[in-house]
Amino acid sequence: MELLRSFAFGQYVPVESPVHRLDPRTKILAALALVAGTFAIGTFAGLAVLTVFLAAAIAAGRIAPGYVVRGLRPVFWLLAIAVALQVLFGEGGGHPVFRRGPLVVTRENLLLGAFYGYRVVLLVVATTLMMFTTSPVELTDGMERLLRPFRRAGVPAHELALMMTIALRFIPTLLEETEKIMKAQMARGAEFSQGSLVRRARALVPLLVPLFVGAFRRADALALAMEARCYRGGEHRTRMRQLEMRRADYVALAVVAVAIAVALGPPAAWHAP
Amino acid sequence: MIRCESVTYVYQRGTPVETTALADVSLEIRSGEIVGIIGATGSGKSTLVQHFNGLLRPTRGRVYLDDVDIHAREVDRRRLRQQIGLLFQYPEHQLFEETVSADVAFGPRNLGVAGQELDRRVRGALERVGLDPDRFGPRSPFALSNGEMRRVAIAGILAMEPRMLILDEPTAGLDPLSRQEILDHIRRLHDERGLTIVLVSHSMDAVARLCRRLIVMDRGRVVADGAARSVFADPARLAALGLGLPQVTLCAQRLRERGLPVRPDVLTVEEGRAAILEAVAVRARGAS
Ligand SMILES: Nc1ncnc2c1ncn2[C@@H]1O[C@H](COP(=O)(O)OP(=O)(O)O)[C@@H](O)[C@H]1O
Ligand SMILES: [Mg+2]
Repeated sequence: MELLRSFAFGQYVPVESPVHRLDPRTKILAALALVAGTFAIGTFAGLAVLTVFLAAAIAAGRIAPGYVVRGLRPVFWLLAIAVALQVLFGEGGGHPVFRRGPLVVTRENLLLGAFYGYRVVLLVVATTLMMFTTSPVELTDGMERLLRPFRRAGVPAHELALMMTIALRFIPTLLEETEKIMKAQMARGAEFSQGSLVRRARALVPLLVPLFVGAFRRADALALAMEARCYRGGEHRTRMRQLEMRRADYVALAVVAVAIAVALGPPAAWHAP
Repeated sequence: MIRCESVTYVYQRGTPVETTALADVSLEIRSGEIVGIIGATGSGKSTLVQHFNGLLRPTRGRVYLDDVDIHAREVDRRRLRQQIGLLFQYPEHQLFEETVSADVAFGPRNLGVAGQELDRRVRGALERVGLDPDRFGPRSPFALSNGEMRRVAIAGILAMEPRMLILDEPTAGLDPLSRQEILDHIRRLHDERGLTIVLVSHSMDAVARLCRRLIVMDRGRVVADGAARSVFADPARLAALGLGLPQVTLCAQRLRERGLPVRPDVLTVEEGRAAILEAVAVRARGAS
């Protein structure tokens, strides 16, 4: 009974590496650029370029490849279903390679399915890489700084960042609590993984009630602790950690830009028949 | 009745944050014993006791109940958990029903107990932790004091009628009076009903009062296992493990340092009193 084991997606990996040392804003911008780039790329060759780039970044970030693969597990079924839908129910026409009754699988749809799947994998890897190498606190600091120019337009940058900090801070706590309560109820003979769907849904009551009670208790305590320290929002707050863009950050952003540019517009020679 | 053979447990195996919480632990808990498990925070006490009722499966090694491997295919998990009652730390956080009675009934009901038998068990369990079933039964568990909530949680385990009761830090965070009451109930469960008891605690006073045998853990290993008296006879070693002495033992040893010949291995206040009176009498005789 260990719940946290499957939860690699979005977990900070605390090791020392050049990627970890980058400014969080660099990593957020790079991840955004990679996500946008991945959507804009229309060729396998382009995706392959990004794959090479991401593999290099993973190595530089000293993240075990197995850990990245594990991070893909939560989206695996989503991915499988999306690919299957495309392959089985994609557009008609094209070159059939397989036919049974009304089901026709064409070469075009197979390729498209593979392409979309590849793209989703790259999206997830790009974002998990950012999460693996940036601590939650840095991440929200970076977000707040990036959003600051939009404050004029009414974007509550500080409040958003605070909400995110609190959410990120409490997700592991909630997971831990879930595991503990599940075990405590199992010690009283509860079963969470057996029986019909209705029975399983009903078995969740002894888990969810204590979980909500605990969440409210925590929210109360947190609000009290913040008030006791005179917290009153983002105005005039100074920060303990000042963010600073260094040369390595500009170099990293330039490398990302080059990689995306190459991926987007591969030399004409690549298209040669 | 419970036997661990070279049990090793690793949390989050295969990730950068993997932790070896238990390393090659072997021990045996016999029927009818009352055993204390002590150790600093993070030494693996909670991880160890979760192996006793099969909630955790050893990464390496085996756990036996009455010489049957508890992870063998033919072992019924519910029956295992019925026999080995485990109360988690801060058990008041697991309460969820609308009434105290319904919450205590959760365990036995999962075991298929119903009707009058269920009623009898719920009332009996509440009485055994000193809560009047007629007064507390219909109340909401969330409207009770911390000490009362914790006793309801203990009743919830007792209602399953286990042979062995494991309590993980049952007195943590309680006021002295509630602490005392809970310890008294635990002692009575052992003395009067013959329950085998495992008490995990970092209160030396609690284990000294209740347990004859102590298991001392340090960073995932069992570093001492024996009579409580002999464990507390080596305060320097305990201090090195981040543990102290029961207050009365400490008092006796300090008096000894000041020259009063008090027996240094007292464990309870009554023993301490007798030892001090005796020492004073001895000195008076010597003086006259
Ligand atoms: N669910 C868990 N996931 C990961 N590590 C854990 C978990 N529970 C405990 N640990 C780690 O295992 C070690 C032993 O913990 P625990 O058994 O709770 O010790 P104790 O009860 O003696 O305080 C600690 O280092 C702790 O951080
Ligand atoms: Mg513990």
